[in-house]
Amino acid sequence: MPLDASLVGKTYPPTEPYEVGREKVREFADAIGDPDAAYRDERVARELGHADVVAPPTFAVVVAFRALDVIVADPDLGLDYSRVLHGDQRFAYTRPVRAGDRLSATATIDTIRAAAGNDLLTVRSEIATVDGEHVCTATTTFVARPAAAEDAAEQR
Amino acid sequence: MRPRWEDVEAGAALPQREFRVTRANLVRYAGAAGDFNPIHWNERFARAVGLPDVIAHGMLTMALAARVLTEWAGDPAAVVEYGVRFTRPVVVPDDDTGATLTVDATVGDKLDGRRVTLSLTARCAGVGVLSRARAVVQLA
Repeated sequence: MPLDASLVGKTYPPTEPYEVGREKVREFADAIGDPDAAYRDERVARELGHADVVAPPTFAVVVAFRALDVIVADPDLGLDYSRVLHGDQRFAYTRPVRAGDRLSATATIDTIRAAAGNDLLTVRSEIATVDGEHVCTATTTFVARPAAAEDAAEQR
Repeated sequence: MRPRWEDVEAGAALPQREFRVTRANLVRYAGAAGDFNPIHWNERFARAVGLPDVIAHGMLTMALAARVLTEWAGDPAAVVEYGVRFTRPVVVPDDDTGATLTVDATVGDKLDGRRVTLSLTARCAGVGVLSRARAVVQLA
């Protein structure tokens, strides 16, 4: 079933604030096997000019996915999440994510299009502090594979 | 030692890195990132939706590739832009070896503001798993 293209341009409500915790940053860094002290040691982070420990460059996905979860579950869109793969991901940072940040993501459907039998859904998530300071733009493309052609995603 | 913008040359290759990805890594990443899609830990589910086996989170592949950038730059916050396309899944077998990801990065253009562009490749079993993998890094 094709996705409803009339939803292009729709902006969803901002997500509930997500507070970036030091231990969560450490857990994320551990999960990607990265021993960098700037993720763990406030003193090292300060020497690099940061107010607190910083998060790895892809950490913003934790916040962005909270917004994407709402879109994926939007009955108006009609997405079958069991057939969805991550197609593209991009981050553009105004400043790094730091421990102590209270972040909210506001997601907008940028494009919906069909390619090689798949539906491609591109969502732009603007991540900002609760005080309105922009931190990161995360742009995500999901590939929804048709049920009948399992290989389509690999062939595009 | 953080690289200085003056000393960086276009076309220079960053040190190649290899990363091992096992099922245990996927479970750990799922918890840390809050991404519990069963295609990343449940073989039965993955096959039912037409995948060859459990596959790694694209975001884990992307995060591992970024380590080449952050280790080179000497400050994780130096990565100011980073984007990839996930072209092929990283299939992670249920064994102790898992999959091996090989990541290379090359300096592209030197930009104003002491920034450089980099392009990355990531291969698994000899096959590219990312394309259009590019970053902008702020140098000291």
